[in-house]
Amino acid sequence: MIAELGSFALVLGLIMSLAQAGFSIAGRVRGSAAMMGAGEGAAGGAFIAVAFAFGALMFAFVTSDFSVANVAENSHTAKPMIYKIAGVWGSHEGSMMLWCLALTGFGAAVALLGQGLPAKLKASAVACQGVLGLLFVGYTVFASNPLLRLADPPVEGRSLNPLLQDPFLAIHPPFLYSGYVGMSVVFSLAVAALIEGKVEPAWARWVRPWTLAAWSLLTVGITLGSFWSYYVLGWGGWWAWDPVENASFMPWLAATALLHSAIVTEKRGAMAAWTVFLALLAFTFSMLGAFLVRSGVLLSVHAFAIDPKRGTLLLEILGLAAGSGFALFAWRAPTLAPGGLFAAVSRESALVLNNLLLAAATAAVLFGTLFPLIAQAFGRAVSVGPSYFNLVFGGLMAVALLILPVGPLLAWKRGELSVAVQRLWLAAVLALAFGAGVLFLAEPRKTAAAAGVALGAWLILGTLAELGQRGQFARLGLAQGWRRLIALPRGTWGMTLAHVGVGVFVIGACAETSWRVEAARVLSLNQSLQAGAYQLRLNSVSDVEGPNYLAERGVLSVTRAGHAVCTATAERRFYPASATTTSKVALCLQNLGDVYVVMGERRAGAGGAPGWLVRVYLNPWSRLIFLGPLIMALGGGLSLSDRRLRIGLPKRAARGELEPEPAT
Amino acid sequence: MIARRLLAILAAVFCVAAAADPAERLPDPALEARARAVFTQIRCVVCQNESIDDSEADIARDLRQTIRRQIASGRSDAEVKDFLVRRYGEFILLQPRFSIENAALWLTPVLIALVGGVAFAARARRAPVENKGLTEEEEARLARLREV
Repeated sequence: MIAELGSFALVLGLIMSLAQAGFSIAGRVRGSAAMMGAGEGAAGGAFIAVAFAFGALMFAFVTSDFSVANVAENSHTAKPMIYKIAGVWGSHEGSMMLWCLALTGFGAAVALLGQGLPAKLKASAVACQGVLGLLFVGYTVFASNPLLRLADPPVEGRSLNPLLQDPFLAIHPPFLYSGYVGMSVVFSLAVAALIEGKVEPAWARWVRPWTLAAWSLLTVGITLGSFWSYYVLGWGGWWAWDPVENASFMPWLAATALLHSAIVTEKRGAMAAWTVFLALLAFTFSMLGAFLVRSGVLLSVHAFAIDPKRGTLLLEILGLAAGSGFALFAWRAPTLAPGGLFAAVSRESALVLNNLLLAAATAAVLFGTLFPLIAQAFGRAVSVGPSYFNLVFGGLMAVALLILPVGPLLAWKRGELSVAVQRLWLAAVLALAFGAGVLFLAEPRKTAAAAGVALGAWLILGTLAELGQRGQFARLGLAQGWRRLIALPRGTWGMTLAHVGVGVFVIGACAETSWRVEAARVLSLNQSLQAGAYQLRLNSVSDVEGPNYLAERGVLSVTRAGHAVCTATAERRFYPASATTTSKVALCLQNLGDVYVVMGERRAGAGGAPGWLVRVYLNPWSRLIFLGPLIMALGGGLSLSDRRLRIGLPKRAARGELEPEPAT
Repeated sequence: MIARRLLAILAAVFCVAAAADPAERLPDPALEARARAVFTQIRCVVCQNESIDDSEADIARDLRQTIRRQIASGRSDAEVKDFLVRRYGEFILLQPRFSIENAALWLTPVLIALVGGVAFAARARRAPVENKGLTEEEEARLARLREV
């Protein structure tokens, strides 16, 4: 009964989306506040209806109701509760349901929270959000309804892929999807701005918090996925430039560029058309990702819920939504007034360069991801692997990151490079010294990687130098300077954190990929294996029974120069429900890096005694790879709580009415 | 209990180790390091999207053996890759070659950066910031504001 109610609610959500679009358009055309209000109400209604349907699906999963086809295919009574819940978004149908929940949720948020928006702009945005809701909820209802019943329900379900049964992956989709779909708001605001025919600084100020929120959520989502792949796949790969990974990365890159260009549009009224373009692009990439992941047109390790037929339908939705958006852009963008002038050396210029390099880097990711498809169309089979992306994307981003610390030190309109140099030389010297230290101390000697570490240090130190400048410690002393820093707007702190996070990530990524040490050996009980400075001894191997798996658990003691470091407990798990084996690696956190231990298969050891293949990786500073993006997301969140964004836009006095404020 | 043992054995059958497997290694560490570097550049052709360095598939193991043998017999990395391309096509290379057919792939991002950069530089030269100063009316308003 609950599932039927859910199906009913889903259809109701579709009708509400239709009403949302219809009322808002009618209200906008006729200038009727009542109709616009009805559209906003319908947006709230659509969210409640889809949330109810989503709740019904979750109820079916939690109660293991195998008469619902989707539950029978993706759940199992023996699964721990968290994975029953995570099973809701573990399949094609369920994940689209999550997408719709986020989409209608953001639509309702615009309708309810967007009080500061001008009525016409808001009605257009709510209408656009309604049309998107119509497309995606419609897709879910007609092509991918997860609440359909089975005529002949099985006694037991087929369970979720064991690799996905992991706490980090369980919470990864909600973050990722909120991030993806959060971009829909920015898309709708861009469409609304094009319809209204003007992009004002105020518009950019409304766009920024939504972009920030979606960007922060997406950052967390991608990081969770990356950490999952780091310790679940069993060889410590955290980013493989796989099409599915790239699909999540492209909206992130577009949103990063948008965050920066929107600043220029807000503060200086320039780059308006480009900002609108990026706003359209971010959600287009989100939709492209949804299509690539589910259609199976590209070979991917993480390809998920593949269904070519429905993939075509998703491509049509993508073409319709993005196509209309960009057509509108082509038509209306030339009418947007070009904004403020600025000199070649100015903060605007720095941000333009940032956007240029980010755009080129994004193009590299897009081209690299789609090139096998393009080549296929010409009858060739080509692979584009990590080395292409590392070279092209890495090269372009290295230039962008090199100029990053300079940007915030330049003044708007006309800046002085000499001022920036004067304030940054110490940071540059220290960063180079750090890089040189790494070059001479790390074995084996790798110049390019040491340069990468120096770049990361330059980002951190340069950003902190800018912060120190704002505190004016030299002039005011420590206590006074500190008070000044505390009083800085949270947006400034957010920017500082985000840029420091990039530096932390760069250091971690360079160190981990360049100085990782690998060792493998078949160990019998009480035998040891040497990996770098660490020694691992296999103490015991036992059979363990988990809630829905059987495992061989190896316990190894890890020592360094005779001192005990930690005890590593690694498992090799077998899931009978899906007849798959996974490995549960052991991570020993050591100096920001990991001693990464994998239990392998059973093999004959020395002298015929039973042995196990044990693989060990020493991943120096690997935790920085995940810490950096979390710092970035934290910066985004902090920036979001900035008073200037929270209280919205001050009403600007019309020209000529600007009178002195009464003295207080 | 017996069933569980059986399952544990079954589990062991399912898994094989990838390139780090000590049983596969070449005795000479320098040659082994070269072989490993080549592995990361070669696609496991039957897998979804993995290099033969990571893959546990049978064909990846066979390819690793072939490459190790060829490297041990003194062939250069380029010769090994050429051999693989002749046998399996360019699809097997994870890094596409610099060739006319792949020009679009390699050049588009660089061209975007270059064209954008040139356009930006041209604009910066053409449009110096003009500071027209304030009009009389604006000066008057500023003065009024300053008085308070």
